[in-house]
Amino acid sequence: MRPAGRWLLGRLPRAVIVLVGAATVTFVAFHLLPGDPARVSLGTPNPTAQLVATTRHQMGLDRPLAQQYLVFVGRLARGDLGMSYQLHEPVARVIGRGLWPTVELALAAFALAVVVAVPLAVATAGRRRASAALSWTVELVLISSPSFWIGILLLTLFSFDLRLFPVISGTSARGLVLPAVTLAASIVGVLTQILREGLERALDEPFTTSARARGSGETGVRLRHGLRHTLIPLLTTSGWILGALFTGSVVVETVFSRQGLGRVAAAAITGRDLPTVTGVVVVSALAFTVLNIALDAAYHLVDPRLREAAA
Amino acid sequence: MTSIPETLPAARGRAAAWAPRPGVVAAWILLALVALAVAWPSLLAARDPNAADPATALAGPGAGHLFGTDELGRDVLSRVVYGARPSLFIGAGSTLTALVAGSLLGVLAATSGRAVDGVVMRVADVLLAFPGLLLALLVIAAIGPGTTDAMIALACASVPGFIRIARSQGLVIRRADYVRAAVVLGRGRAAIQLRHVLPNALPPLLAFAMINIGAAIISGATLSFLGLGPPAPTPEWGAMLSTSRGYLSVAWAPAVFPGLAITVTVIAVNVAGRDLRRRFEGRQAVPRA
Repeated sequence: MRPAGRWLLGRLPRAVIVLVGAATVTFVAFHLLPGDPARVSLGTPNPTAQLVATTRHQMGLDRPLAQQYLVFVGRLARGDLGMSYQLHEPVARVIGRGLWPTVELALAAFALAVVVAVPLAVATAGRRRASAALSWTVELVLISSPSFWIGILLLTLFSFDLRLFPVISGTSARGLVLPAVTLAASIVGVLTQILREGLERALDEPFTTSARARGSGETGVRLRHGLRHTLIPLLTTSGWILGALFTGSVVVETVFSRQGLGRVAAAAITGRDLPTVTGVVVVSALAFTVLNIALDAAYHLVDPRLREAAA
Repeated sequence: MTSIPETLPAARGRAAAWAPRPGVVAAWILLALVALAVAWPSLLAARDPNAADPATALAGPGAGHLFGTDELGRDVLSRVVYGARPSLFIGAGSTLTALVAGSLLGVLAATSGRAVDGVVMRVADVLLAFPGLLLALLVIAAIGPGTTDAMIALACASVPGFIRIARSQGLVIRRADYVRAAVVLGRGRAAIQLRHVLPNALPPLLAFAMINIGAAIISGATLSFLGLGPPAPTPEWGAMLSTSRGYLSVAWAPAVFPGLAITVTVIAVNVAGRDLRRRFEGRQAVPRA
């Protein structure tokens, strides 16, 4: 276990740099903003000069920039994300409320995408039949369509015309179907291509030839020997998939009026609610960093060749 | 990873199967049509995209209005045609900006010593830690919504990828004989970077840019859809789709045609881009062997 611990320790400084960087980027964005954060926070059309001055003092805006930065980073380190300008409640509570619906949506969409992509890739890898051409066309159309448009089309067809699903999704299981399908559609094209490329590479390897020589059926070769090797390219692109799921949730939650972190982010940006924007950015950067480290660790579990090289 | 047989023949066969010549030709014809809509929209659409006529609001596709009308009675066909300019400005403009900035920064990082390299790459690492659209949203939160702002925001989101490719190319080219020759001949550092390293690093960057444009058009439409693109009366594909959501139960046309315009354009860009990349990789394989 010692190499694993050392490996994790080696990753830590880079993770800290990324997190501090994310916080710094939001701090800079905060101070580049035209207009006074105190006035945005007050929200009243014509506040008196004295009121603005008091608010500025309360928010610490009259202190030197370097001091403000240290206070900001110090608060973040203690998990204090500040108060939302728009909702007038702690940002941490706003994010906490949106977190689970978004995770639920992302998990459902990812599971759905895997269920669709794996059989498609297994059936079409290395084959030049009509089915492969059809699958390729569908992937191209899915990759080239904005997810909000797919969402709008599904909404028109299934909610307005066929009345199968609610127009406003809420948090019911029935309301999860269309958002999950929309979000899955945005990643299934890329996922199928990655799996197919990995599978085709594995099918070219000598171990595939020897499995065939032993008399294994084609389906057996693909499922037992080929599919395991697609895990590595899958892990390589999982960072992209995570990003697509998160940014997809911003759009999908807006289209289906679903509660979640993405919608919190969208509303905060249009309303210029900077503490909330900062909170969402820092929390998702944290989630990303942790998940990426976990995925890197997964490489070593999945690919024994790497473990031997490290030892 | 150590097996000698390359996957190249298989890849080439697959490419031949999924990018037949007629498809690529059709893609370029479509792109020419889109370019015409950008350059000279009045040639393709006779009506004024902002001429409202409440009497014919939300009419279905028919003889008078081929794509129907929207909630103010404006011609959807005209708005789709005129919408090409802002929509593509955000998508293609952001890619072009990222290409220029990323190539310069990447080549600079590869050829200017460890301190510059360290700073540029750490910044790129931080930017890469954000999912693309989130970074664009953050930039918009700072500089405000609008066509140019959305374009800049998306450029910031895609610049780290370009920096990475330019740097890895620069690191290889730096050791090439012609660069050493230029150093021996006493050429200045900037001259070597701009005249020798940059042009030779460009081909893979251009191929990546072509692939990136498709994604950037979608991201741009997404920003407009969220209300962060051009202001209200401007016809823009993402914004049109956003407005159409309020009238889904009565009119399908305004919700379908702008989306179709995005998808068809992006398909054409992707097909043309993959074809370019395939040709480029084919050429690249010769000196490597």
